[in-house]
Amino acid sequence: MATIYTLKRDTIKKKLPRFFQYLALSIITLVILVPIVIMVFGALKTRGEMFAHPYTPPIPAHWENYAQILNTPSFWTMLGNSVIAMLGSTALVLIVCSLASFTFARMQFRGKELAFNILILGLMFPITVAIMPVYLVVRQMGLIDTLLAVILVQTAFGISGNLLILRGFFTAIPMELQDAAYIDGCSAFGFFWRILLPLVRPALAAIGALTMIISWNDFLTPLVILNKDTLWTLPLGTMQFQGQYSSDMALTAAFVTLSALPAIIFYLFAERQIVSGLTAGAIKG
Amino acid sequence: MNIPQVGSDYIKSKQRLRSPRRVQDHITIILFLLPAFIFFLLFMIYPIFRAGYFSLYNWNGMGAATNFIGLNNFKQILTDQVFVKGVLNCLLIVVLSLAAQLPLALALAIMVGRDLPGRAFFRTIFFMPYVVSEVITGIIWMSLFDPDPERGFINALLVLIPGVNAQNFLGDMNQVMACIFVVLTWKYFGLHMLLYMAGLQNIPKELEEAAMIDGANRWQTIRNVTIPLLGSTIRTTVQLSVLGSLTQFPLIWIMTRGGPANASEVMATYMYRYSFIRFQLGYGSAVALVMLVICLIFSVTYLRLARQPDYLGSI
Repeated sequence: MATIYTLKRDTIKKKLPRFFQYLALSIITLVILVPIVIMVFGALKTRGEMFAHPYTPPIPAHWENYAQILNTPSFWTMLGNSVIAMLGSTALVLIVCSLASFTFARMQFRGKELAFNILILGLMFPITVAIMPVYLVVRQMGLIDTLLAVILVQTAFGISGNLLILRGFFTAIPMELQDAAYIDGCSAFGFFWRILLPLVRPALAAIGALTMIISWNDFLTPLVILNKDTLWTLPLGTMQFQGQYSSDMALTAAFVTLSALPAIIFYLFAERQIVSGLTAGAIKG
Repeated sequence: MNIPQVGSDYIKSKQRLRSPRRVQDHITIILFLLPAFIFFLLFMIYPIFRAGYFSLYNWNGMGAATNFIGLNNFKQILTDQVFVKGVLNCLLIVVLSLAAQLPLALALAIMVGRDLPGRAFFRTIFFMPYVVSEVITGIIWMSLFDPDPERGFINALLVLIPGVNAQNFLGDMNQVMACIFVVLTWKYFGLHMLLYMAGLQNIPKELEEAAMIDGANRWQTIRNVTIPLLGSTIRTTVQLSVLGSLTQFPLIWIMTRGGPANASEVMATYMYRYSFIRFQLGYGSAVALVMLVICLIFSVTYLRLARQPDYLGSI
């Protein structure tokens, strides 16, 4: 009898905190998801339904809002612009950062620490602080209203953080590999290109995924640089659309959902890379 | 007499042998670092000097800047009540983030711990808002905060409680900052939690178990073992959070444009309004420089103060 009693008490003692843990976590899960779900549901209602019952599940679902957005050519233009900016800045960040972090992790030269510290100074001022000065320079270069300027600026402000992440990964590759390659007559570039890059592919995927998300969501850079609406990226277009159609909440919800969807789907697939990139930067930094 | 000559000949020939490799290495180093430095100089250093130049002028962006006014722009900024309000609001967000958002993230990370079943699921969900852009976050929360209970979900819930009326939220000068902070927490606590969770993974479980065996209770273990060992992660999140709070722009711009009546003005919205709405580029440059100095002062002081022994590194 006594043993059964203590056993039971033990399980209660163990299970009870677990219950509260899950309770707290579930409440927060709800707080995170409800805003997103309301938006997705709202997009599946007609304008009238949205007004009469804004918070009920959309039964039956109306896909007209989505169809209407998808049939708007400007949506596709903006999507295309976002993709161009994202691919451009991600490619540039990958190239610039892997070249530089290879040098910092693998070559010996005077002033190395100083050069590295200068390049990661960018971590101290986020782009919001610098956007006004950067605008002046972009204007001087005659690059206002070009996607190229967006790509260059996004790349410039992606360097510091990604350099820090990538140097850590490069340093972790054993030195013996480099010695072996050099003994076999490999040049520094050959070692970098043929041996190191294939080895750090997961790290490249990590900073690539991170840069893609940041570029995709970037609002301030295109806002300041792009005036022509044919060049707008999705965040700009979303803001504009919301202002224009604020009375039609269902249609706005559809637009917002469609422009959020690529990032969320990408996140669900690339979560591991994004997480490893972020945590490598934070913990080593 | 001959011997040293042989020696130096030998060394010379060796240097000659090695030099192509050396030269090649130097070329590689320069070529590899060049792109990063070009970006850095062109888009970070040079812009600051250019803004420094224009900040001394009253310039509306048309033609050349000719109206030199010295430091008047700075004088005006620092005495402008609206800018001061912006600084105070930024500081409010900093304090709230450090006092509420980071502790919440830390508590949740410790709660999820290393081995709670379903840990990955919660992490995926909690981090999701970080991936949703600020524009979308702003639009979603604007509709949630709608003062009309027919349209705003939060008011719809509030009016269900007897005796509670619908609130103005973003339209109310006294509530707007609290609302913005709620949205900021919704969006960013997942990032900090993720970083804490990764930091926890690095702490050997044995250390906490040892403390427990020595008679420490759960709370004492967390306070005296876990949190000190998370030191470097906590420092990073504090820095991210403070810099992010000082330069917050998109969410506030989307939701309130700094209103109502400048109640939610922050430094960045002030800078944006003067630079790109009123097109006073000289004045805007000066505001950007003031912001930059504030951020740099924080970063430098913080890096100085927070350089503490790295406990984990010494294990």
